[in-house]
Amino acid sequence: MFSHFRTMWLVFLHLFRKKVTIQYPEEKVQLHPRYKGRIVLTKDPDGGERCVGCYLCSAACPVDCIALQATQDENGRRYPEFFRINFSRCIFCGFCEDACPTYAIQLIPDFEMGEYKRQDLVFEKEDLLINSQGKYPGYNFYKVAGMDAGVKQKGHGANEELPVDVHSLLP
Amino acid sequence: MSTAQHIWTVIGVLFVLLNIAAGLIWVERRLLALWQDRLGPNRAGPLGLLIVLADTLKLFFKEDWIPPFASKAIFVVAPAIVAGTVLISFVIIPFAPNIVVADLNIGLLFFLAMSSIGVYSIVLGGWASNNKYSLLGALRGASQMIAYEVFMGLSLMGVVMLSGSFNLGAIVEAQRDLWFVVTQPVGFLVFFIAGVAETHRLPFDIPEAESELIAGFHAEYSGMKFGMFFIGEYLGITLISAMTVTLFFGGWLGPSFLPPLVWFILKTFFFIGVFILLRASLPRPRYDQLIEYGWKVLLPLVLANLMITGAVALYLKDS
Amino acid sequence: MSLLFYISSAVAIVATIMVITRYHPIHALLYLVVSFLAIAVVFLSIGAPFVGVLEVIIYAGAIMVLFIFVVMMLNLDKVTSEQEKTWLKPNVWMGPALLCIVLLGEMIYLLLQRGDNVSNIAVVEPKSVSVALFGEYVIAVELTGFLLMAGIVGAAHIGKHKKRNLHRYLTEEPERNMPEPQREAETINT
Repeated sequence: MFSHFRTMWLVFLHLFRKKVTIQYPEEKVQLHPRYKGRIVLTKDPDGGERCVGCYLCSAACPVDCIALQATQDENGRRYPEFFRINFSRCIFCGFCEDACPTYAIQLIPDFEMGEYKRQDLVFEKEDLLINSQGKYPGYNFYKVAGMDAGVKQKGHGANEELPVDVHSLLP
Repeated sequence: MSTAQHIWTVIGVLFVLLNIAAGLIWVERRLLALWQDRLGPNRAGPLGLLIVLADTLKLFFKEDWIPPFASKAIFVVAPAIVAGTVLISFVIIPFAPNIVVADLNIGLLFFLAMSSIGVYSIVLGGWASNNKYSLLGALRGASQMIAYEVFMGLSLMGVVMLSGSFNLGAIVEAQRDLWFVVTQPVGFLVFFIAGVAETHRLPFDIPEAESELIAGFHAEYSGMKFGMFFIGEYLGITLISAMTVTLFFGGWLGPSFLPPLVWFILKTFFFIGVFILLRASLPRPRYDQLIEYGWKVLLPLVLANLMITGAVALYLKDS
Repeated sequence: MSLLFYISSAVAIVATIMVITRYHPIHALLYLVVSFLAIAVVFLSIGAPFVGVLEVIIYAGAIMVLFIFVVMMLNLDKVTSEQEKTWLKPNVWMGPALLCIVLLGEMIYLLLQRGDNVSNIAVVEPKSVSVALFGEYVIAVELTGFLLMAGIVGAAHIGKHKKRNLHRYLTEEPERNMPEPQREAETINT
């Protein structure tokens, strides 16, 4: 019986505690740098798209909200012809970011993306592409990739040897 | 009191009560939030007061659905019973020396009668819904409320003995020297516990018990029919608080720097706060624990209280 | 006051007739509640507020709730209403009804004989009721108390059940290798 009164008294004292509520639209929430929010497509330091259209993000997506079509430019550099994320299905799990071999697709700390029309939640490539390198500044996939896509010659990368001439028998 | 004055009293009491019942939505949410380290409703209007309006509008515009498997007439009548009986009970409460709707000689018994009629709303609502959970809620509600009515009635008999009347005005007058909470602490405790059980508020909300019975007897109700249960519950809180104040805390009596009506309202709101604090702090007991607690603890306690009060009253009268 | 009396008596009579003629048990019980409330108003109007309120508290508020409680659990539905319909045939209720009409005629005759001294009513206060109960009729009250006590003891006896063993290997009985059904029968008996 007395423990009940004690409980009631302790709960009553909570009246004078500091409240944990954040008054959201006026007070912003402090988001951590690795917060998994809005999905973006980043660019490499030279301003080119990082995405190579490998479909790994689309395959990894548990709710199948990513659709893209890869294509190539005249240099042989692959890029997505269109890249579409349906945010009304997205669950912000971050699997696409984990799957991406070129650090192109990234989840950034921003969640304020409500829309009144559901169709407005389907983001196209121009909505997704940002003019930034995201969480991996300085990384340029085609600089370390072993292929010539107009960024560097074959074999001219930092830790890369010149291609071996397979027609020659000399070591 | 002239007829016109009487009519004005009735209208005034009705108006104030319905507003209090609606306003308690805000009071309860706000207080619960504060006791849980939250802020509670504070967006609509100043301090979030307009949430009352928003909530009422929401209830009005919800689809008023009667399940096809329900027993229609009884389903419709049940929510009206709870609000009706509780509102009628307020007839006997003396809010201030001259503000009382009907100064009945058997006021206290009238209150008990109305609260015993109020059981029907739960039983019939639960039965007419034709739903397992509702039926279970109704069964629990019926046994809980009938059991606690007994203790409620018995706990009040001590007060009746000391004041020598069933009339609430006379009971308030009898407390001019000493509040009955001092002479009848056990009676007060049992009455308040039984009151909580009677209004099926937490921690004794076993007929509703969201976590096990998905809202129990009013699971099938929607719209304003649900609203009637809601209003009935809040009116019930107000009624039990007002009765506690009248019977044990001197009603409108108080130091003269405030008018009697203000004293009454202040005390009543204190007990409404206690009701909400109970909800915020105590967990729900199991159903059999509740009934066992009633019959094995409260009943002997209240009978002993009755006997001792009678003996002391007799002794004081003789000496 | 007499108008109130006649209206509530009429309500009581109509409600009671409805109790008998309804096929659905819950509807019948609800009419019975209405009948009790009407009788309570009758008591109030003839100056016995204490009895009137007790009628509401005890009969309408407690006993009828328990009736409804039981009927609710029995889950009576359309089948039972059909059964009721077959039971309520004219040749069943004709005899009692005729006899009742004879009694009603006698009662009306008696009422007409007595003239109109019904209206001068003294209000009975709760105090006088209790003085009568604990003074003049104290033996009746005590006997009623005994009767109720017997009821409570009986209910407690029926409701009491021994603690059953939770598992057959946890029994402390010596005859552990008795065949299963027999032992279970014995646990129930003891």
